[in-house]
Amino acid sequence: MKIRIKFSKQGNMKFIGHLDTMRFFQKAIRRTGVDIRYSEGFSPHQIMSFAAPLGVGLTGSGEYVDIEVLSSGPSAEMVRRLNAAMAEGMEIISFKRLPDSAANAMSLVAACDYTVRLRPEYEDRLGAASEFFAGLDAFLESGDLHIMKKTKKGEKELDLRPLIFEHRPDEETGCFLKLSAGSAANIKPELVLETYCLAAGREYSPFAFQINRQEVYALQTDGDTKGRRFIPLEAFGEDIE
Amino acid sequence: MRKPALPDEILLRIQQPARYIGGEINMCVKDPKSVDIRFAMCFPDVYDIGMSHLGIQILYEMFNRREDVYCERVYSPWTDLDAIMKKERIPLFALESQDPVREFDFLGITLQYEMCYTNILQILELSGIPFHAADRTWEDPIVIGGGPCAYNPEPIADFFDLFYIGEGETVYFDLLDAYKESRRLGESRTIFLKRAARISGIYVPSLYDVSYHADGTLKSFTPNCPEAPAKVQKQLVMDMAGSFYPEKPLVPFIKVTQDRIVLEIMRGCIRGCRFCQAGMVYRPVREKNVDELKHLAYQMLKNTGHEEISLSSLSSSDYRSLEELVSFLIETFHGKGVNVSLPSLRIDAFSLDVMSKVQDVKKSSLTFAPEAGSQRLRNVINKGLSEDDILNGATEAFKGGWNRVKLYFMLGLPTETIEDMEGIALLSEKIAAAYYDLPKESRNGRVQVVASTSFFIPKPFTPFQWAKMCTKDEFLERARVVNQKMKEMRNHKSLKYNWHEADVSVLEGVLARGDRRVAAVIEEAYRNGALYDAWSESFRNEVWMEAFRTCGVSPEFYTTRERSLDELLPWDFIDTGVTKEFLKREWQNALEEKVTKNCREQCAGCGIRRFGGGVCYEDPN
Ligand code: SF4
Repeated sequence: MKIRIKFSKQGNMKFIGHLDTMRFFQKAIRRTGVDIRYSEGFSPHQIMSFAAPLGVGLTGSGEYVDIEVLSSGPSAEMVRRLNAAMAEGMEIISFKRLPDSAANAMSLVAACDYTVRLRPEYEDRLGAASEFFAGLDAFLESGDLHIMKKTKKGEKELDLRPLIFEHRPDEETGCFLKLSAGSAANIKPELVLETYCLAAGREYSPFAFQINRQEVYALQTDGDTKGRRFIPLEAFGEDIE
Repeated sequence: MRKPALPDEILLRIQQPARYIGGEINMCVKDPKSVDIRFAMCFPDVYDIGMSHLGIQILYEMFNRREDVYCERVYSPWTDLDAIMKKERIPLFALESQDPVREFDFLGITLQYEMCYTNILQILELSGIPFHAADRTWEDPIVIGGGPCAYNPEPIADFFDLFYIGEGETVYFDLLDAYKESRRLGESRTIFLKRAARISGIYVPSLYDVSYHADGTLKSFTPNCPEAPAKVQKQLVMDMAGSFYPEKPLVPFIKVTQDRIVLEIMRGCIRGCRFCQAGMVYRPVREKNVDELKHLAYQMLKNTGHEEISLSSLSSSDYRSLEELVSFLIETFHGKGVNVSLPSLRIDAFSLDVMSKVQDVKKSSLTFAPEAGSQRLRNVINKGLSEDDILNGATEAFKGGWNRVKLYFMLGLPTETIEDMEGIALLSEKIAAAYYDLPKESRNGRVQVVASTSFFIPKPFTPFQWAKMCTKDEFLERARVVNQKMKEMRNHKSLKYNWHEADVSVLEGVLARGDRRVAAVIEEAYRNGALYDAWSESFRNEVWMEAFRTCGVSPEFYTTRERSLDELLPWDFIDTGVTKEFLKREWQNALEEKVTKNCREQCAGCGIRRFGGGVCYEDPN
């Protein structure tokens, strides 16, 4: 039975890298006694795959991992049991059954939502948050978004505009971005911020922002191509009663 | 949410920030204000090493069961963070509360190897605690050392208020109670230390005076107050059944050296190898109850989610219920993706059978530790492993599909001759030849035999404590002899030879058998940049050699000098229960190449019998 788990990774958990997050989940699953399926072979491993790695330093409130189980209790109970095995900052949000034919999370990823906050200590260097984000928004609307991207063979020009699906200042956090993700074109929010800082003559620092990934989406492929529709990965599954 | 002591900007700039944030599964959370004693338990090496240590896990859980104590953990900041903390004057903090170490009542430092001594000074400096116990006040924690190196605490005696000699499970609570009482009565630090000195197993260096002969040897070592005993008794857990063992070990976020459950099955060793300090000071052998171990294994796997369990002891093959325990572990857990690993096993039919069940034969290698290249020298060191044992074990393994062998030896053992050195190559060759003697169809490609040598370092409380250690040049010359002989072997293409660094061995030799005068050298070396000396990439021999010169201390006095049997040794004030007479007898037996039987074959009368338990009282049936 295929299961999709949605979780959040907040606070100090932002310092735990992707490989360690995987190890953390493997051990948590064992502690919980979730009836996970193991691969065949001499050293069996759990059937588990994450939707998209989250960089160290970023928090996430809509992260995904797919697993396969041999049996399962109701979703509500599984969420509760898994949460009892989490460290502070990690929280299970949902535990849903996928149709057997479902594609795995990683192959579906097409877009991610981010919120970006400017750390107050950096306002001296980068300008007041409201002004900084207003500038960013204007830049994303009408600035020159061509960048040189490093590839295996050298550099190649890339236009970010079609890959930034949505942007708006956000009163509470600073700004909201919906960016292309996945194997086709993966745009990190840091790249967008750095491009803006460069164009605006502001000194970019990787430590200046607290970025949260809010949601991960798949692209709805059916229907007409104009009405692009993104579906949260969670929506592919159903609660087990 | 717990807030880290370090700001995000620092944590994101350094390697492995997870080393410093705590919050691991099974971490103990308490309100520091609700306890009487805050104990910072420190392993003076990087988190990845320190978190792998069983002793700390035992004490951590044991202390935290007490409501009036909050025990937290401290490890050495890695060199990247060390530089930042010194520059920005950030005080060292404990992982649980992220509070500065200096606010604690105790700073307990485990001493697992001599090469961590400069890391102790790093911990003290970053915490803002004076290096010298004499300069501390109640504003500073009581700094206490324990672990194997506490069997000769003298080179670091100046830096500690107290040492705990022996196994931590026995009198630690008495010490904590004495502390509470002392603080309640408003006593001075000195009075507290005198109180502590009355507890069996506690050594307070400041309560002893030391004097030296003109030739530099120790003249006297005497208590300077009535509270301090002339002899400090080693502490031992005699009731293994009732002894404390952690059921909920911490589970680190990052992959540490021991990313697995460590199940201690036995303490001590019956074998009596004459170079081995652990084999002497952890006498007598005490086995744990197999049913209790099964229960513990189950609990610990459930509480950690680890995917591997490893049995721990000095010589697992001597645990009498090993077959029962191992079969249980394999049957119960192996199908569930839990690996069982069994280090320190003798290679025989049983262990090969077990190994073929739990590991991929093609990927694993066989390990033998003959320690010496000839039977003569193995008799000198009392290593009861014969060439036949090795060749038979290896041949059986080759038939079972193995084709990689690792061999461990020591160079520079007392009485070693050229023949003994060349014996290392000859034995390696015989193993390779045994492989090629098999019919082609039962072989599995080429064989690979890797021989490694470390340099012999005489340790306190062993029969070799009087022995002369080799100089660096002698060591390297011996390695050259082995290397040369290896090249002459017929199957030399299947043989590989590695040897250990000589500089660091010489220094370890000084620290292992040093006295109080060595402290100045450690301090001087630290001030000039020595740190993480156990890591070859950061060990800087020139800094140490300069420090010896500056302090006017000769390393050779501690290493290459052969001590006379009546010399007063710096560690003689400790009573390990194994008598000096026994050690002398064993030293004599070594020189006469006489083998001493193991404890189960025949008691050698080492003196530990008076502790009243363990192998000395086992029913021979
Ligand atoms: S008293 Fe005898 S049996 Fe006991 S540890 Fe010593 S030598 Fe072994």
